[in-house]
Amino acid sequence: MKRMSTDVLVIGGGSTGVGVAWDAALRGLRVILVEKRDLTHGTTGRYHGLLHSGGRYAVKDPQSAIECIEENRILRRTHAHCIEDTGGFFVVTPEDEGDYPDRFKAACAKVGIPCEEIPLREAFRREPLLNPRISRVFEVPDGSADSFLATHVTAQAARQAGAQILIYHEVLDLLTEGGDGDRRVVGARVCDVVREEEVRIDAAITVNAAGAWAGKIAAMAGVPVNVIPGKGVMVAVNHRLVNTVINRCKMPADGDILVPVHTVAIIGTTDERVSDPEMLTIEPWEVDLMLQEGDKLVPGLSRSRILRAWAGVRPLYQEGYTGESRDATRALALLDHRRRDGVAGFLTITGGKWTTFRLMAEKTVDKVCEQLGVERPCLTATTPVPGAEQGHYWLGHRLHEVEEARLQGDLICECELVTRAMIEQAVANNPTVTLDDLRRDVRLGMGPCQGGFCTFRAAGILHELRLRAQEAQPQTDVNGGPPWNVAYLQSPRHSVQTKPAALDSRVSPLDNPNLLLRDFLQERWRGLTPVLWGRQLKQERLDELIYLTIMNVDHLPEDGEASPLTEFWRFDAAAGAKEDGQ
Amino acid sequence: MAPVSWHSVDLTLDECIKCNICTSHCPVSAVTDLFPGPKYVGPQAQRFRKGGQLRSPDHSVDYCSGCRVCNEVCPTGVRIAELNARARAQIVAEKGLPLRNRLLGRNELLGKLGSFAPALANFALHNTFSRFMAEKVMGIAREAPLPTWSTSGTFRDWLKRTRDQRLKSHKKVVYFHGCATMYYEPFIGKAAVVVLEHNGYEVLVPEQNCCGLPLLSNGEFDAARTYHRNNVSRLAGYARAGLPIVGTSTSCTLTLKEEAPELLDYHDEPATTLKLGTYDIFEWLRELYEAGELRTDFQPLPLKLPYHAPCQQRAHRIGKPALELMALIPELELAESHARCCGIAGTYGYKVEKYQIAMDVGAELFEFVKAQGQDARYTACDSETCRWQLEHGTALPSRHPIEILAAAYGLYDLERRDVVAEKR
Repeated sequence: MKRMSTDVLVIGGGSTGVGVAWDAALRGLRVILVEKRDLTHGTTGRYHGLLHSGGRYAVKDPQSAIECIEENRILRRTHAHCIEDTGGFFVVTPEDEGDYPDRFKAACAKVGIPCEEIPLREAFRREPLLNPRISRVFEVPDGSADSFLATHVTAQAARQAGAQILIYHEVLDLLTEGGDGDRRVVGARVCDVVREEEVRIDAAITVNAAGAWAGKIAAMAGVPVNVIPGKGVMVAVNHRLVNTVINRCKMPADGDILVPVHTVAIIGTTDERVSDPEMLTIEPWEVDLMLQEGDKLVPGLSRSRILRAWAGVRPLYQEGYTGESRDATRALALLDHRRRDGVAGFLTITGGKWTTFRLMAEKTVDKVCEQLGVERPCLTATTPVPGAEQGHYWLGHRLHEVEEARLQGDLICECELVTRAMIEQAVANNPTVTLDDLRRDVRLGMGPCQGGFCTFRAAGILHELRLRAQEAQPQTDVNGGPPWNVAYLQSPRHSVQTKPAALDSRVSPLDNPNLLLRDFLQERWRGLTPVLWGRQLKQERLDELIYLTIMNVDHLPEDGEASPLTEFWRFDAAAGAKEDGQ
Repeated sequence: MAPVSWHSVDLTLDECIKCNICTSHCPVSAVTDLFPGPKYVGPQAQRFRKGGQLRSPDHSVDYCSGCRVCNEVCPTGVRIAELNARARAQIVAEKGLPLRNRLLGRNELLGKLGSFAPALANFALHNTFSRFMAEKVMGIAREAPLPTWSTSGTFRDWLKRTRDQRLKSHKKVVYFHGCATMYYEPFIGKAAVVVLEHNGYEVLVPEQNCCGLPLLSNGEFDAARTYHRNNVSRLAGYARAGLPIVGTSTSCTLTLKEEAPELLDYHDEPATTLKLGTYDIFEWLRELYEAGELRTDFQPLPLKLPYHAPCQQRAHRIGKPALELMALIPELELAESHARCCGIAGTYGYKVEKYQIAMDVGAELFEFVKAQGQDARYTACDSETCRWQLEHGTALPSRHPIEILAAAYGLYDLERRDVVAEKR
């Protein structure tokens, strides 16, 4: 068994875990992060993209609100290019009368959120599709965030500071020593699921940042952590109906946020307590509710083209809490298991929200330093991640770069303007195992046709790269892995190629383009089934003709074969087994 | 200038299923890499545009010629040409407009000015030196087929001159002549008037403006709005009284029917009344024919005639009524072109950077004409700039179908382009 050792082992490659790795590495600690799939595969990659001003929590949860506004200001500097400065409106619809708007304004003032009531005419000029019956509009510094990019560049920053980030490494067990009352976690046994080998990682401190899965990880050390998995359903519409974040000015509830992110607008969310964080099924009533509530913000939203729906599971935590997940606190929770449970060398960081990931990391690493007996200040609030010098994201950014560099002929994903070089660079400069990883890197297949025209192209490119890689020497960086350079992956201009990308030939799943193709189609399809009507149905009919009628992909040689690197083999295998049994 | 407002046309981007049919039919992207195609600049790019953005992210939309072939072939109803026109207007609103495009947008003004001294104007414009200078200074391609001013007076001069010979009747029709007929080709209007009178209609020609299309296609929406408003206030009353408004320029009538109200957000009662009361002249003559009211006393016209239905005519979505009616003429051998576009697209092909693109687009049509052999002495097309382009590309004289019809009635000399003996 391969053996590694480190000061800090971080479990979980979401925003929080990666934030912890970045923070700890900047403070000079040796860090290894393990993630069982790709970075942001969990809740971070499934959220609506709202950079909170804190307004949403000002009345109900002032502590969260304060954390939000402070972090909002910091992230705008450190992660500038991951954020679009959309601004946000809190709007009072006819259903939201009462004294909440005034309490909201007062609460914002109290916690220090800039909040200004603006004339309705001004609001409708900026957002012509807003419900004309809205009676008051407050403006706050909300924004929208690209959580894929933010997490990936934070990981790059962490690696540059010496951290090792191991994706597709699943924790099999925590290693513990000592008996009752004197137990300590001393690392973990993990499985490299790509190369199918076990790795033992010895660590002075283990940080459980597994989000909604934190309870499962803690249980491996015999520690009960009752994470409240709050499932949220989100629905994306085909284009940006609004360019400002729109919040209902009322107590937080379902379907009351509309966020413009990249080329889409996302209406969210539900909040449903579920038993298992892998429970990502979407019920028809959840989609209906989102559309119904969306209509109250932008009348006609429910009749516009719906792109897809998906669910994420919030890792909410409240000690001893048994109520509804909607009412559980959004504040972060740092559990020191030595004090709480008598298990040393083990911390769990959970709760919170994307906007506060840096703060969560800071508090966690403060505790790590305290337990390791070192005194080093946190640097993350003043250290911009690579690429931040590009300034805030703006909607036309990709189109502008494609036009300036005349890359129109190189588009692979036409909807989201992904060029061939962007894909090749993403594969070469960043560990890539599935097409879905590429989606998170460059937005492949996230537009209106949902992979209809780019999936086969991208699978073909990966196949070519693999053939090329058999001749070329793979690039490696200081950590011995493939280089990790993601700060400019989103930029067509920065990806214009100077030399052919060399591929890490050890990445075995790329050996089978058929599985790549099938699994990505399945992944896209999963988000489409809950919203298959109207124009998206027309689209899917065309996609169906392309893949099933022309390409016959339902009879690929690997039909029914499990690929352990996506979750679909489970669903597929289960469905297949059931049918076989009947 | 205010940014272009949100508009329902923009929402049609949601209809796009990415099928690429528009891209494969686009006559412009087929001949140049400078235009990435209707899907890319239309519904795709639209998702990356928004009002109030620091700058328009794209510029290749300027290479859209506005021919509307994309709209014609789109299976799901995306208003691609309109999306492009509005995106261009946004760019113009931000960056301003070169003098050339301002001039090309104002053919009514140019027509008026030149008509004070047409011979002089023709000489001043149509000599090698001026055209060289116009290309260097303004970017108007020196080879481009610019029209010549009429030296025998404007269309309205002729109307005034022949006032006593004009038919009076209880059956009336309003004629929208457009700028080209007014200042450059009054004979088209003469042919229209004699054909309508031959069928017993009195022709009313009220004061009118340029339809505004050249301004719309050059992105000057505000100026176009003024023209359209004037036309609505002058013409809507006739339409309301039930008089058809017919035009010989397919692009002018299309603008009154569709482009101006849609692009400029004119959906009030007068604009809608005018829109519904406007016809392409052959569209309306076909209605007469179908009602059994069109005179068919055609004389044989032993000609081989290649006919090209221009893009702006096809955009009316009325079939090809000119072809149907010309088919009634004995001994006239029609050859129907299926070429997508002649390339000129209004003022597109006049621009130095687009001249060659326009000629390359037109090659398909020019080849078709050439393939008709020596027997074809004329071509026919409903749109003026297309006729000029056809003449430029094939060296054959081109005629409006209304001239062909007038000639078949024995009222018009196709060679001299003038009405023959005035008769009742």
